[in-house]
Amino acid sequence: MMLKKLALGAAFVAMTGMAAEAFAQESLYIPLLTYRTGPFAGSGIPIANGMSDYLTMLNERDGGIGGVKLTIEECETGYDTQKGVECYEGTKGNGALVYNPYSTGITLQLIPKASVDKVPILSMAYGLSAAAEGDTFPWVFNPPATYWDGLSAIIKDIGEREGGLDNLQGKKIGYIFLDAGYGREPIPLLEQLAENYGFEVTQYPVPGKEMQNQSSQWLNVRRDNPDYMIMWGWGAMNPTAVKEATKIRYPMDKFYGVWWSGGDDDARAGGAQANGYRTLNFHGTGADYPALADIKEHVVDAGKSQVEGDKFGENLYNRGVYNSVLIAEAIRTAQEMTGKDVINAEDMRAGLENLDITEERIKEMGLEGFMRPVKVSCEDHSGHHEVYVQEWDGQTWVPASDWFSPMTDVVSPLLEAAAEEYVKSNAPWPERQVECASGS
Amino acid sequence: MLYREAGQFKTSYAADQAVFPLREDRVGLVLTLLVAFIVVPVFANDFFLASIMIPFLIFACATIGLNILTGYAGQLSLGTGAFMGVGAYAAYKLTTFFPEANIILLVVVSGVFSAGIGIVFGLPSLRIKGLYLAVTTLAAQFFLEWCFIRIPWLYNYNASGAIEVPQREAFGVIACGPAADPLTRYFIVLCVTLAITFLMKNVIRGHIGRSWMMIRDMDIAAELIGIRPLYAKLSAFAVSSYICGVAGAMMVFFWLGAAEPSAFSISLSFQILFMAILGGLGSLMGSYFGAAFLWILPVLLRFTLPGLGIDIGAETVQHLTFMITGALIIFFLIAEPHGLARLWQIGKEKLRVWPFPYG
Repeated sequence: MMLKKLALGAAFVAMTGMAAEAFAQESLYIPLLTYRTGPFAGSGIPIANGMSDYLTMLNERDGGIGGVKLTIEECETGYDTQKGVECYEGTKGNGALVYNPYSTGITLQLIPKASVDKVPILSMAYGLSAAAEGDTFPWVFNPPATYWDGLSAIIKDIGEREGGLDNLQGKKIGYIFLDAGYGREPIPLLEQLAENYGFEVTQYPVPGKEMQNQSSQWLNVRRDNPDYMIMWGWGAMNPTAVKEATKIRYPMDKFYGVWWSGGDDDARAGGAQANGYRTLNFHGTGADYPALADIKEHVVDAGKSQVEGDKFGENLYNRGVYNSVLIAEAIRTAQEMTGKDVINAEDMRAGLENLDITEERIKEMGLEGFMRPVKVSCEDHSGHHEVYVQEWDGQTWVPASDWFSPMTDVVSPLLEAAAEEYVKSNAPWPERQVECASGS
Repeated sequence: MLYREAGQFKTSYAADQAVFPLREDRVGLVLTLLVAFIVVPVFANDFFLASIMIPFLIFACATIGLNILTGYAGQLSLGTGAFMGVGAYAAYKLTTFFPEANIILLVVVSGVFSAGIGIVFGLPSLRIKGLYLAVTTLAAQFFLEWCFIRIPWLYNYNASGAIEVPQREAFGVIACGPAADPLTRYFIVLCVTLAITFLMKNVIRGHIGRSWMMIRDMDIAAELIGIRPLYAKLSAFAVSSYICGVAGAMMVFFWLGAAEPSAFSISLSFQILFMAILGGLGSLMGSYFGAAFLWILPVLLRFTLPGLGIDIGAETVQHLTFMITGALIIFFLIAEPHGLARLWQIGKEKLRVWPFPYG
């Protein structure tokens, strides 16, 4: 008994000691909070593959960034907030440069920690919309656009189809959303816009547990018969919603999804009737870009990726790539600004704040046509960049509009107010301690 | 040889009725407390404190709460998660109204609200028993969870629907919020959990605890010899919900820092119930064992499997953790259906006669 206990104790001590040692070399450590298990894995897997494949490609092709190798470590969150925080606590001691929580719930938890632990958070086009206010949230970045931008872009597109935003008067717009931090985030703006333009909003919350059973929500949709439907869905909710929409024969070209509802598998679930389903996007789809060809050559064909052959270049995979492009470019910017090769998290923050991906740089990266220039500033941590609407043609996503700006003029003042509100309800919220990092 | 009562004479009633009558047990307790109060704070890093020790103690506290109800009073409950939620939301609202108040005090008071709700949902236990009661507590779980989502007043009309812990002080130290030191939070959680354990140990030995156990073992017989089921059952519900509420408040304020309603879902209730069953129903010690087994083991597996130099994906680690933990649960429940606490007891009994078991 005693011996057994002793042995167990020794093993325990050895195990806890070991976890801390692993990463001390000269490298850039990037933890990726991913989820390849659970009900959100359908959306999480392509994102995780895209993110890690682009960074691995930089390691293989260029030997890292600025000659320093990247250490990429995935931590499985299962889209679970507790596990996400655990991943954060478990990896931050290793010198993490930046966190990509990939869940609005986890992002909300990490936002107050970021300024204390001095590690930036890159919540690319998700998380707290108000985090775009750099003065209030110096450690949080959400380029290229916030949820509120996304929602305003959808309303704008609907307005265009109706022949002007004024024609929205008296229309009915349904909003079906994941009943979590993520889906609730755009509601204040939606209510504001409804007031401004005189349309009516009906809400259809889908609880996380009921994602795969939305028949009651869609029954209500059929009864209410809204003119347009907007979806804020993720994971297993998306394919289910598309399928249910086709079942009640909802006109798919009037069904809009935010960019996170635009997985290829999501639309495919609806079969042939899903044609015309529209979602927002801010990057190209498909694999016809030199950078993606490099990923194929150095990573996928070399067996260093988990992506299945036919999923390479799908929408959400490319979303992951886009996210990693932002990380890599911020690291590069930080290296240029500080003159150091091995940067730390505070340099990384400065790099993110001075992120300026120009048209030339996009060409240089081999991503011409894949993305629009991205510029982040000290005050504006999002940039409210242009997006476009894409349509599902049964096989793949095709652009259905030009790039256009969201209603920045409407969204910006609301964001400021929301940031103030956040500060008030989280008092005492720390004043901005870090200065604006000036670009070189 | 090392662990036996030979030669320890009790010369007073107090010594005879002590919680730990054996000197070896007292030494063991002191050593454990030394480890908890000195060794762990000195040697542990932030990750160990924040992701292992703090949640472990909070889960142990919640498991004690459930153990009072299910293990001692015999009322099966599936509403633990919701009762924890009541405590958390109560503490959140209290600190909104009284931002200056000592947060530890508010956390301790928040359990009172949880106890109130617990009594209300405990009323059906006077009429229905066993699995049927489990169903009514399940109703409590769903109803309260619905409240957490649908009553915006509870989360101060926050757009994200989550409660976010503001920075609060206790005795001049930052006790919660993002700037709070994990060590401070650890000490608070440790002290509250130990205080509750100590209190409960004595309540259970007294006439209240005995009345609970009588109700558990045979309620008709208990009624015949003068135990009033109304008081016994409802007090068990109240005490249990109080402890769960305090645990829930600690969970949000000293561990997570923010919580969505889904944090208090049915899966939390089951998690606590499994901790109680695996640890041993009707044992305070078992509550600690169960919490340690179901919380610490998976976390350690998750973070050490990659550290062993085996190159496997993060999701494989997750699957492996599920499989190993699941297999161990089955193994331990086959080895000892009465839980880890019973194994501990058997171990102690064997140790008493070691090394001459037939002597």
